[in-house]
This record gives sequence, structure tokens and C-alpha cells, in this order.
Amino acid sequence: MFSGILTATAIVGAVGLFIGLFLGIAGIKFKVDVDEREEAVLAVLPGNNCGGCGFAGCSGLAAAIARGDAPVNGCPVGGEAVGKKVAAIMGVEAQEGIRMVAFVACQGTCDKAAFDYEYTGIEDCRMLSFVPNGGAKTCDYGCLGFGSCVKACPFDAIHVVDGVARVDKEACKACGKCVAVCPKHLISLIPYDVKYMVACSSKDKGPVTMKACTAGCIGCTLCKKNCPADAVSIESFNAAIDPEKCIGCGACASKCPKKVIVEH
Amino acid sequence: MLAQVKDLLLLIIGSALVSNVVLSQFLGLCPFLGVSKKVETAAGMGTAVIFVITLASGVAGVIYKFILTPLNIQYLQTIVFILVIAALVQFVEMFLKKYMKSLYEALGVYLPLITTNCAVLGVALTNVQKEYGVFTGMVNGFATALGFTISIIILAGIREKMAYNDIPESFKGMPIVLLTAGLMAIAFCGFSGLL
Repeated sequence: MFSGILTATAIVGAVGLFIGLFLGIAGIKFKVDVDEREEAVLAVLPGNNCGGCGFAGCSGLAAAIARGDAPVNGCPVGGEAVGKKVAAIMGVEAQEGIRMVAFVACQGTCDKAAFDYEYTGIEDCRMLSFVPNGGAKTCDYGCLGFGSCVKACPFDAIHVVDGVARVDKEACKACGKCVAVCPKHLISLIPYDVKYMVACSSKDKGPVTMKACTAGCIGCTLCKKNCPADAVSIESFNAAIDPEKCIGCGACASKCPKKVIVEH
Repeated sequence: MLAQVKDLLLLIIGSALVSNVVLSQFLGLCPFLGVSKKVETAAGMGTAVIFVITLASGVAGVIYKFILTPLNIQYLQTIVFILVIAALVQFVEMFLKKYMKSLYEALGVYLPLITTNCAVLGVALTNVQKEYGVFTGMVNGFATALGFTISIIILAGIREKMAYNDIPESFKGMPIVLLTAGLMAIAFCGFSGLL
């Protein structure tokens, strides 16, 4: 009885062993010369293949850096630390990169935002384009809160809190996946050091916005008038702060009647 | 002698056209649909498949005849054939990476997919089922792969032309390709009375 089992194991094992040897020899004979710098760079990169650099995984970025097609600090996840190591391998100076994080420009939580109807169905922000008015929220521009961004984030840096997505500044690696996935284009990458941001993307007129959400920007221009650095601009009844000009004084935030400008 | 040649010719036409692996047996659809965007890539894929299937059916036939049958362990054919096919595809990949880098890049992920391509295993198992010898089995494999190459090149040609056509929105992409493949399958039914 056992001889059958033994024969079977022996044969399959022998075939496997032979194939292993054959492939091993072939691997040596057909070795392609890879740039050793590329291998060294690949070893230093974080290795989670998030694609935030714009290349196909870490090996894609390593190949591009070795070719000279990508900057040495091209990995947003590894940031400065990895950038310095890669620069050392490639023998160049690394430029100082600004740490970026994602920011969701909406604070229309369940208690602040108005809803047109109650929605039960597929919980995916992108699918809601099939639903009347693009979603249950009255505001056409608001965060739908079903977490397509949460699913897209490889670093667990964004979560839906109280019906609105919120980014964890410390965990965010600015890979850009949430930015790409949000169907309302609410998320943008801003420098980590920015002090104040406008947490509303509504382009509706003041009265319309007020009906839709108690935390919406009505375009009253109080922030713009009170800014000492002229960093605020108003476009389509929505305020925007220019991070380059902003000095972080917080005058806009204190003057805002709707409390739309939040501390970052 | 002449009778054997005639038999082989009939086998070739039968495997390549009459029971075409993609359009009649519906095996190997993944690379068929995936690598047929351009004629050159399709031709490259076809060549790789011919190489792999011919060799695989040869080696599989040898192993079946000289190792599995004498020891009466024919039931191991599936796993042993799969091992052999996987090894061959790895070998082809290494070979292409070194000597034909452009083709390697063009085929991309579809090259390792030849391993899971049921057409390869299908040919090996058909050879066993129809009790072909080693040489006949290899000819069968070559002809099957030839049929695959013919159909993938035809589809690539059609897809290249279709790229300039005005296709309705809901048919763009896979739907129109699948419809085309279906129509090709119907057309190839015309060969059915040939043998």
C-alpha cells in the first residue's frame, strides 16, 4: 500500500527537483545585467508599492531613478529620510522636499448638513452619481461620507467621522490615492505646516449654502477683508487661503461667522 | 509512409482550424482577449505560445510514456504536466527577458499567464486522452498553438481597425471585443464539416 504513495511522492519530488535545477542553471545563464544602483535604491524604498510616486510600484520608481527619469526624493511615503538615502546611492544632493498631507475641504457633519432624503443602498461615494441629486445631502458639493477614500487609503490615514471624511495629519503620506478617488474632488494635498484651511467647497450662493449646511462658506468676504497678508481669495462664493502667503495669524478664522476656517 | 504524412496533415488542419482551441474549444481566452490590441504583440504572443505548447506537449508526452505509465501512476498526470508547463514558461520568460527585451515588455503580465492558460494543459491532456504518441502529440500541440496564433492575429487585426470606428458608448472596450470573438467563432464553425 505504501509503495504507491512512495512512488508518487518520489516521482513528483524528482520532477520538481529536476525543474528546480534546470531553472536555477537557466537563471544564471540568462542573467540580465541590472544596474546595481537600481537594486540598491529598491532596497532602500519603503516597499509597499502604493504608486504615489506615479510609477508602477517601488521597482518602477527604482528603475526610473536609476535611469534618471525620476528625482531622488520622488517617494512621497519615504519622504526626506528615504530621499537622503537614495541621493547617497545615486551620488547627488537631495533637494529639500516639503511634507504634504491630504485635506478634506468639508465639515458638513450629520448635525450640520441638511439632507433631502434618507438613503439606504450601496455605500460607495462614486456610485452615488446614479442617485437623485448625486446623493442625499442637500449641498451639491459636500462630502458624502460613505468612505471611498477610506477604502483607497493604503496607510489608514483617513476615516469617516460623523458623516464626513477626516485626514489624520500624522499618518498621511500624501500618496494621492484619496485625492484621485473622491468623486466630489474635495480632497487636496497641502503642506503639512499650513495653519488654517477653509473647510468648505460649496460654490453655491450664500442663502443656498445656508439652507444646505450650517457650516458652509457663504462668501461674505469677512475673511478676505481682515487678512493682513492678503492671502484669502473668494471665488464663486467660496473662500480659499493661499498657503504661500498665509502667515498663520488666524484673523480669518476668528472673523468667520460660520466658523468655516479651521485650524489645521 | 505517405499514409502517416496524410494523417499528420489531417491532424494539423483539424487541431488548427476545425477544433480551434480558442474559437471551438473556448480554451485560452485570457491571453486571447488580453494581448490582441496590436498585431505585433499578438504575433509575439502567438510565437511564445507555439514554443511553449510544442515543447510542453513533447515533454509531457515523454514523461507520460516513460515515467508515469511504467510505474502505473497515470493519475499524477495533471500535477506533473502543470509543473512542467510552469517551468517551461519561466524558462521562456528568462529567455525573452535577455534576448528580446521589447517583446518581454510588450507581453508584460500575460507571459506568465501562459502558465495558467488552459490551452496548454488542455493539449497535454488531450494527447493523453486520444493516446497520441510523443511525436504525434508534439505535432498536435504545434497545430493547436498555430490555430491560437491565427485566431489571435485575426482578432488583433480587427481590433486595430475597430479603434477608428464609432462604437456605441455601452459597447466600448470588452463588450465589442467579445461580440467580435463570438462572430469569429461562428465563422470558424464553417470548418466543421471539413474532416
